[in-house]
Amino acid sequence: MDTATLDTPADTYAITIGLTINGQQRRLPVEPWTTLLDLLREQEGLTGTKKGCDHGQCGACTVLIDGKRVNSCLTLAVSRDGADVRTVEGLAEGDRLHPLQQAFIDHDAFQCGYCTPGQLCSAVGLLAEGKAKSRDEVREMMSGNICRCGAYTNITDAVLEVLGEGSVK
Amino acid sequence: MATTARIGIGSPLSRVDGIAKVTGQARYAAEHKPKDMLYGFIVSGAIAKGRITGIDDRKARGVPGVVEIVTHENRPRTAWLDRSHQDQLGPPGSTFRPLYDDKILFSGQPVALVLADTFEAARHAATLVNVAYEAEAHNTDFDKAVAERYMPSKKRDNYIAPKKRGDPEKALAKAPLKVESQFHLAVEHHNPMEMHATTIEWMDDGSITVHDKTQGSQNTQAYLSSAFGISASKIRVLNPYIGGGFGSGLRPQYHVYLAMLAATMMERSVRVVMTRQQMFTHVHRPAAEQRVTLGAEMDGRLTAIVNEATTSTSRYEDNMENVVTWGLMNYACPNASGDYAVAAMDTATSGDMRAPGAATGMTLFEMAIDEMAEAARLDPLAFRLLNYSEDDAMNGTPFTSKALREAFAEGAEAFGWAERKAEPRQMREGRELVGWGVATGMWDALFSKTSAGAKLSANGDLEVSSAGSDIGTGTYTVMTQIATDTLGLSPERITARLGDSDLPTSPVEGGSWGAASTGAAVQMACQSIAAKLLKAAGKVDGKPLGSAGIDDVEFVDGHIVSKTNPAASVSFTDAMRAAGLNSIEAEETATGGISGMISQMRKSRNTHSAIFAEVKVDEELGVVRVTRIVCAVAAGRIINPKTARSQILGGVVMGIGMALHEETMMDTKLGRFMNHNLAEYHVPANADIDAIDVIFVDEPDPEVTPLGVKGLGEIGIVGTAGAVANAIWHATGKRVRSLPITIDKLQD
Ligand code: FES
Ligand code: FES
Repeated sequence: MDTATLDTPADTYAITIGLTINGQQRRLPVEPWTTLLDLLREQEGLTGTKKGCDHGQCGACTVLIDGKRVNSCLTLAVSRDGADVRTVEGLAEGDRLHPLQQAFIDHDAFQCGYCTPGQLCSAVGLLAEGKAKSRDEVREMMSGNICRCGAYTNITDAVLEVLGEGSVK
Repeated sequence: MATTARIGIGSPLSRVDGIAKVTGQARYAAEHKPKDMLYGFIVSGAIAKGRITGIDDRKARGVPGVVEIVTHENRPRTAWLDRSHQDQLGPPGSTFRPLYDDKILFSGQPVALVLADTFEAARHAATLVNVAYEAEAHNTDFDKAVAERYMPSKKRDNYIAPKKRGDPEKALAKAPLKVESQFHLAVEHHNPMEMHATTIEWMDDGSITVHDKTQGSQNTQAYLSSAFGISASKIRVLNPYIGGGFGSGLRPQYHVYLAMLAATMMERSVRVVMTRQQMFTHVHRPAAEQRVTLGAEMDGRLTAIVNEATTSTSRYEDNMENVVTWGLMNYACPNASGDYAVAAMDTATSGDMRAPGAATGMTLFEMAIDEMAEAARLDPLAFRLLNYSEDDAMNGTPFTSKALREAFAEGAEAFGWAERKAEPRQMREGRELVGWGVATGMWDALFSKTSAGAKLSANGDLEVSSAGSDIGTGTYTVMTQIATDTLGLSPERITARLGDSDLPTSPVEGGSWGAASTGAAVQMACQSIAAKLLKAAGKVDGKPLGSAGIDDVEFVDGHIVSKTNPAASVSFTDAMRAAGLNSIEAEETATGGISGMISQMRKSRNTHSAIFAEVKVDEELGVVRVTRIVCAVAAGRIINPKTARSQILGGVVMGIGMALHEETMMDTKLGRFMNHNLAEYHVPANADIDAIDVIFVDEPDPEVTPLGVKGLGEIGIVGTAGAVANAIWHATGKRVRSLPITIDKLQD
């Protein structure tokens, strides 16, 4: 980046965008270089969405944008004006967990829990895509989300259970 | 009286921290944002060895939002003495001090810390800090370093020297069967999903709260206190949630030091988070070279073992591992010896990564055992059973328990091992060759002095606590279950607390001692509550329990109930009210006891496992898939089969990574790890992992630790890569002796 552009106070560059985050409409001033991930974590305090690499290599930052799973670390917030963003904090309805959240608990589909929000959002996106039908397809299409704790077989079991029920919107 | 089914020891209770983790409410180290916090971004050094000749930070300081740039030139003073910078787990040597002086000890060493109002400003400014160096010749080539291998004069605390027995050289000379092989294991990085991070809250009264990614809150507290000369009572370290450790958080990493340095300099709250690239600039599993020479009779009985290994360390600390002892302990063989040394390179110090020493030494040894089984024309499982040792063959001591034979039997049965074809390249499915392999795993059953507290409130809620950590191991859940089991309260009434240096003393979480040690301490604290409750019950009008002693009563659903007359009972609430108590508190320390110590000297205490692997290898392309693993584990008593199974799954997955994927590659010219990101350092992804079957073999062992628990964090990885490598040989007829077994090695 050309450093000269930064010589003026940073807030000069803030652009106001509109986002619907977990059902709430927000008007947010963002600098053009702020990623959606940093916006969520630092500006909005929604730290459920995790940073595991900041380079689109791990999936920890996966959120749903207009229902599609996206790596929020690779998404400049300013480019998503008007979008509907759903994060892990927005999956449950009040105290009622999303079926995937419950299945993750039942199948012990996590250990440290750090990849879990990304896995969950990714799985919600996967179900919406409607492409994965078999165990092998779930394994393949969930491979953008690394779990260093190695909970894969349990993650796959959890996703398959919910997939089998077909109970998810 | 209504009784609910007891959800105590042995039941598959779902993680009690599950809801926090699936809803995003669990907060990790970088997820706290105190008022006026500065963002710290680390500038990494560019050379492997030499000195800094100048730092030009003018441009960086000009970036709006940048508040300060900390370097060795302007940093505040810290403790002078080397030993003030030692942490509880530091190996012998001179601990690395970030931003201490102009010397560069390894590539990627932090050379400056940029502090700014926003993360983006700090990150951008960091790219503008100009550092000039004077480079010196370095060596980061392990093969070259091995030529100068040495035994450190001062040994690491937990190092165990291999014991020689018989005359292995003579036995080798006479042995009708002999195999001699050299193995290699690449450097691996832990890569927990959460990057190392610290948020320091600078309080108005001068006290400091440190949210740190560490496996030991009290280790970090002691380290910061001594390095910065600040009373420990002013430093509180919190780590209730840790996004994976695997050993990387055993010692305080440089991020916490930098955060503290900046906070004390600015007297402000500071957060420092490493980037994923920077996660490749500190601790890693050492590179290893292991030469195994085996001699045997024609019938396959081992007559000689010579087990030699070298692992890498830095120039400034001697990290040592127990690599060669495992093979010597595990096999009955009259003549055996081991030799171990380290090789120093210009890198950061290597350190413990999941099952340090064993994951390397046992795995590679099991690959050699497979070669001898082939030489003896024996089934590899039959070979292992032929040379099975009931006792610890190196120390000549019995085990408190060793159900490895049962693990072999149950694992083989589940796997269908009996169908295996003896010769390689005999099984095929379409264009893929199929191979089956087996290996043994072994780890220590460790116990570590630990304290725990318990507090029962008048409304019947119980809190149990210890300063230990749950790094994904399930410690919160295990504590809850033990409390449930001891006091008969339902899990919903129990809160388990961990990850706070203010709580009762606990060692760093690692080495699989958590469940055994914290569990025992929690049980003792709850037993102490039970005794106090019973005493209080004596104050209840009419003494419903008479003169019943602790052995005459049970604790069920918030009541003390007479065993002989279940109609006689006193509720916890009534007992406490009668005694005028608002709460009952206890703190106890589990030490393993005197008899434990004596038994420790006379008996060996270990976990064992039998791993069976199936691989499919594309004959043309050399692509390997691990299609099935059966891991049968003998680890004493299992407190929670659900979380226990997950521990083994995690170890097995990392073992598959070791077998096929994980390798940090060194550019020896630049002295820098090349593939320092998650795209080029491949950790197994979901598609790499197929069926894994975990079996826990019945192994009652009241002697090993107070609860009969042996620990499960490490055993899953030990030997797994060996079983996969042996299966690859069975599929292809090719012995690849260097891990990971990547396609190129199978193709040439
Ligand atoms: S943080 Fe976005 S993919 Fe890793
Ligand atoms: S649960 Fe720890 S990384 Fe997936």
